[in-house]
Amino acid sequence: MTVSKLITASMRSILRNKMRSFLTSLGIIIGVCSVIVMVAVGQGSQAQIKKQIAAMGTNLIMVMPPRGPNTVNRLTMTDVQKLRADSSYLAALTGEVRLSSTNVVGGPNYWSTSVYGVEPDYLKIKDWPMKEAEFFTDKDLQSRTKVAVLGTTVAEKLFPGEDPVGQSIRILTTPFTVVGVLASKGANAMGSDQDDVVMVPLDTAINRLTKDRKIGSIEMSAVNEGLMDQAQAEVTSILRQSHKLSDGATADFSVMNQSQILQTASQTSQTLTTLLAAIAGVSLIVGGIGIMNIMLVSVTERTREIGIRMSVGARRRDILWQFLSESVILSLLGGLVGILLALFLAYVMKTFMHTPTLVSPAVIAASAGFAAAVGIFFGWYPARKAANLYPIDALRYE
Amino acid sequence: MAIIELRGIKRHYVVGEIVVKAIRGLDLNVETGEFVAIMGPSGSGKSTLMNTLGCLDKPTEGTYTLDGLETSKASPDEFADIRNEKIGFVFQGFNLLSRTSAIENVELPLFYDRSKRKIDAKALAKAALEEVGLGARLDHKPNQLSGGQQQRVAIARAMVKDPAFILADEPTGNLDSEMTYEVMSLFQTLNDRGKTVVMVTHEPEVAAYTKRVITMRDGAIVSDAPVENRKRAVDDLAEWKRSHDYLAEGERT
Repeated sequence: MTVSKLITASMRSILRNKMRSFLTSLGIIIGVCSVIVMVAVGQGSQAQIKKQIAAMGTNLIMVMPPRGPNTVNRLTMTDVQKLRADSSYLAALTGEVRLSSTNVVGGPNYWSTSVYGVEPDYLKIKDWPMKEAEFFTDKDLQSRTKVAVLGTTVAEKLFPGEDPVGQSIRILTTPFTVVGVLASKGANAMGSDQDDVVMVPLDTAINRLTKDRKIGSIEMSAVNEGLMDQAQAEVTSILRQSHKLSDGATADFSVMNQSQILQTASQTSQTLTTLLAAIAGVSLIVGGIGIMNIMLVSVTERTREIGIRMSVGARRRDILWQFLSESVILSLLGGLVGILLALFLAYVMKTFMHTPTLVSPAVIAASAGFAAAVGIFFGWYPARKAANLYPIDALRYE
Repeated sequence: MAIIELRGIKRHYVVGEIVVKAIRGLDLNVETGEFVAIMGPSGSGKSTLMNTLGCLDKPTEGTYTLDGLETSKASPDEFADIRNEKIGFVFQGFNLLSRTSAIENVELPLFYDRSKRKIDAKALAKAALEEVGLGARLDHKPNQLSGGQQQRVAIARAMVKDPAFILADEPTGNLDSEMTYEVMSLFQTLNDRGKTVVMVTHEPEVAAYTKRVITMRDGAIVSDAPVENRKRAVDDLAEWKRSHDYLAEGERT
């Protein structure tokens, strides 16, 4: 008996019971579909995180205080100055302090927003253009002038329909003059509005707002991508010297480059993707049990047919292959429909629900393969049961 | 030439602690072209004999030579191949695949053909159905056919591989008189053309269409005699139709 004959015979008996065949493969359809969609959503969000982190800046290196309990932030302006003086691989450099949920008053309006104390290089590192007027300069930093640059969201909230440049605002209790408005950047990967921000000169922020010598982080751009490693090593050694750390002592700061940040950020979503895929995988196995159940019923119901086939010369193996190929074809067809459904759902989510989805061919291939494996695994037992029937008993079965 | 040769056949079943002796030593020869009826009350062992002849069951003792082939050492797979090549089954309950067209049912034995020769299953099945007079109903499903027609499909299926003999188990048991005549006249036609037919039946009227009647009792042959005054089913069919028409006319007037 050839494979094509086998497939023809199996297709015939599958089509003879269309409704039941459909319900049987429904488990596989849902299983395959949910695996693909889950992974597509996970990979889609990962791809978006990557894009956003790439947009964080070019050849970015960040220095941050250590995380966790019992750690102390020891980053200061001295570190920033030493880096600026001694480094040879950096194209741009800025210290940064952040004040979150800070009340800002402008005219009759007020708005709670994030206030960043930064240096002029910040725009260069972030590749962030101005919308209106100019960013503050090194001079503003040195003289600690009270000037501010607004993100578009803040500008609209405080000065709706007005030109904010030249206006006066109050951050906490300190009055500032608005000197410029940033171009709009939109939401980031986590969904927060990047334009909901006010930027002031770093030194001004330290003196007037945080009143603390500590700075939150240092961000830098390496001269080019090939020099990232050297730059990172150099930054580390300069800071160790600056903090007077002896060889072998644990650093009280962490230096990360863009790809390391990316790794940290995508780790969570990767874990989540795996978890979702695993849960969806369970539904695929449940679908397989559904196939086994129906195949067992089918073997009992078709005992007479098996007897007839045996009486006209079917060998045990023929019967085994027939039932096995039926369950494999059922699960493969289910897999195929599941894939199509998943592609459709992924498209709908992307287009109408704006959820990023990314359907990879590897996942499609894997879930199709898994569907076939489920068909073989759960089809084996019923098929064997059918093949081991005794022809006389099978023929007499009522 | 003897197509079927049974020598010292015994078949014992063990049911719990009791040994049931279904056949207690039986010799039988069937020559090519014979038309044999096996009769006997239930429990006489005729079903067991039929299973043995059909290579569905192996005797406990004795040898069965079918068309020159000794079967006692055959494996289950070889048994399956013998059934496919040498035996055409016709059952009481027709045993057609439901929801499957007549032609697909007849193709079934060709589906399990193991010889390497090329066969045109559709053409062979069509020819077999034409031979039993169902050339116009190739695509009918069993539930669209009368009992007699279904049994003719089953006979076409039994014939399609040109087996050594046809083994029929109560082929008219589920049929009314008209269909019985129909089916029996078909068997007689096939036999006239040289096909060997072995038939199990408990109806003496049906056995009267055969050429030889073997009667079994308690697992052994008690009589084996040629049929005298053999009847032609075609004549009986014509007679039945005439009387039926007469009755119908009588009702009308």
